[in-house]
Amino acid sequence: MYAGMLRVRLFEERVRELFAGGRIPGFLHTSVGQEAVAVGVAAALRPDDYVLSTHRGHGHLVAKGGSLRGLMAELYGKANGICHGKGGTMHIADASVGYLGANGVLAAGCVLAPGVGLSIKHRKSGQVVVTFFGDGAANRGPFHEGVNMAALWKLPVVFVCENNRWASTTAHALSAAGGSIAARAAGYGIPGEATDGNDVLAVWEAVTRAAERARRGDGPSLVEAHTVRWVGHFEGDPQAYRPRTEAAEGRQRDPIARLEAALREQHRLDDAHAARIRDGVIAEIDDAVAHAEGSPLPQPHDALTDLFAHYPWRD
Amino acid sequence: MAVMTYREALNMALREEMRRDGRVFVIGEEVGLYEGAYKVTQGLLKEFGPRRVVDTPICESGFTGVGIGAAMVGLRPVVEMMTFNFAIIALDQIVNTAAKLHYMSGGQFNVPIVIRGPGGPAAQLAAQHSQSMETYFYHVPGLKVVRPTTPMDAKGLLKSSIRDDNPVIFIESETLYPVKGEVPEDPDFVIPLGKAVVRREGKDVTVIAYMGMMYRAMEVAEDLAKEGLSVELVDPRTLRPMDTETIIGSVRKTHRLVVVEAGAGFAGMGSEIASFVTEQAFDDLDAPVERVTGANAPMPYARNLEKLKTPSKDKIAAAVRRVCGANGG
Repeated sequence: MYAGMLRVRLFEERVRELFAGGRIPGFLHTSVGQEAVAVGVAAALRPDDYVLSTHRGHGHLVAKGGSLRGLMAELYGKANGICHGKGGTMHIADASVGYLGANGVLAAGCVLAPGVGLSIKHRKSGQVVVTFFGDGAANRGPFHEGVNMAALWKLPVVFVCENNRWASTTAHALSAAGGSIAARAAGYGIPGEATDGNDVLAVWEAVTRAAERARRGDGPSLVEAHTVRWVGHFEGDPQAYRPRTEAAEGRQRDPIARLEAALREQHRLDDAHAARIRDGVIAEIDDAVAHAEGSPLPQPHDALTDLFAHYPWRD
Repeated sequence: MAVMTYREALNMALREEMRRDGRVFVIGEEVGLYEGAYKVTQGLLKEFGPRRVVDTPICESGFTGVGIGAAMVGLRPVVEMMTFNFAIIALDQIVNTAAKLHYMSGGQFNVPIVIRGPGGPAAQLAAQHSQSMETYFYHVPGLKVVRPTTPMDAKGLLKSSIRDDNPVIFIESETLYPVKGEVPEDPDFVIPLGKAVVRREGKDVTVIAYMGMMYRAMEVAEDLAKEGLSVELVDPRTLRPMDTETIIGSVRKTHRLVVVEAGAGFAGMGSEIASFVTEQAFDDLDAPVERVTGANAPMPYARNLEKLKTPSKDKIAAAVRRVCGANGG
């Protein structure tokens, strides 16, 4: 989990640098500071379990085991990106690791997840689907519609709310009545658990409980992971809406530093081991960047392919 | 062949496809115990059970999303909209996920989903319950849009839609559910998507119409035959992909074109058809293309105003006479 979080952190930081340097285009939402949620969730899942993600989804895919080469090439908009350069940061999907897609529309995953759950139940495959969403998305209708149906039909879904205190740039207190997202679970008769989203073990434990319950056929759960977004809503966000102290406070609760301290205290990590892990991750990211830089752009005719499955219709 | 209603033809298509493929299931408001607001799903719960005939809460965005999620990972949902007017509540799911997922994912995911239910002008159901909904969908790349006029088309096209690996918007009509017609009982009978049909051969003018407007145009064609005008009727059946070849072929033969549509005309189906006919067959036209469309207003409730809103037989006949008279015909 330590290496996993470091992988997410260093990947996101590299992506930020590349964006600042003009190598990566578009709107970029990174998850620096929120790594414990992605990695804690992924560690609680089987490789064949599904994940539905958000606009801030790189970390979820990296944690689920997605290829850094494919992801980086996609962020560059290159032909050999996971989605052939047609998805981009907010719409990346990787079927090979059960990553059913980032989604640029908040809370969309909350209604797709019960459908995935229906299919799991129909196929009796024993899988679980996790849908990530933010505290802001919890105020949208699809969140309530999705939780209601998943609870009604006891579907194997885990709803994971990453509460980073900001609905884009609007404070949680100004957007969510009642404050707690986890408490909303009670209205639907399912377990709702708030957890420290900067403690990877706490996230892992909460999601493990929820996933076991789902696999038993007892239905969905809601886990609210409280975390801190170190960076702006998007890259380049001046963040005039929030106190500068917040990111500093987040850094004091750095999920990676916390786990590292605990591991060192238990003598399970020393300087040499930590350096080896870091060097390995950096080499992997360097390789992904080199791969993306050296990859071709999609061919012009690719703009009109993949519109329909099987049927090459005239339009 | 058997004679049955449009409603029964749809029911037969659902039943046959559910028997044929265990991945096909029906989901929507009151499709199971109540057997559908218009009884299209009659008897399905009894035959296939609640796992394959799923009653949902009232949440169009939600259950459409559920259908899409299920389609992404192996099932083939048929989502019923109690009325297509409510499909716009699910428009985000349809436009942003169903239509785009195959493309956005670089072909990794298919979304074999059919979203079906009644739409278009109905009988005094008024503004929010009586409107042509196809325009909201046929503009979107990645969607197929079907409007079946006859019971035979209803069956054959619904079966093709269910077998298609892409999202299909399938809009029926409240007023056509009781209409009877001949329907093949062969479970292998399908009508391919994207194929128009010439419903009546003629030589003087092509009239394009579908659904209730086709029945109206048919009566107009019979009436005008008595005046010596020979009207060819073309029904596109699938609005997207549109069978431009059949339409262009008919225009090259008759040299005149009238498009009838129930919805308000601005940027409507008639605009699109007039546009591609002008682009591809301008030199074949002996007169400007005429459009006969619904009025630019929401559907009024009062019977007399409702009549004024949709294209009448008189208006269709006048347009046909105009295009034919434009060249001395």
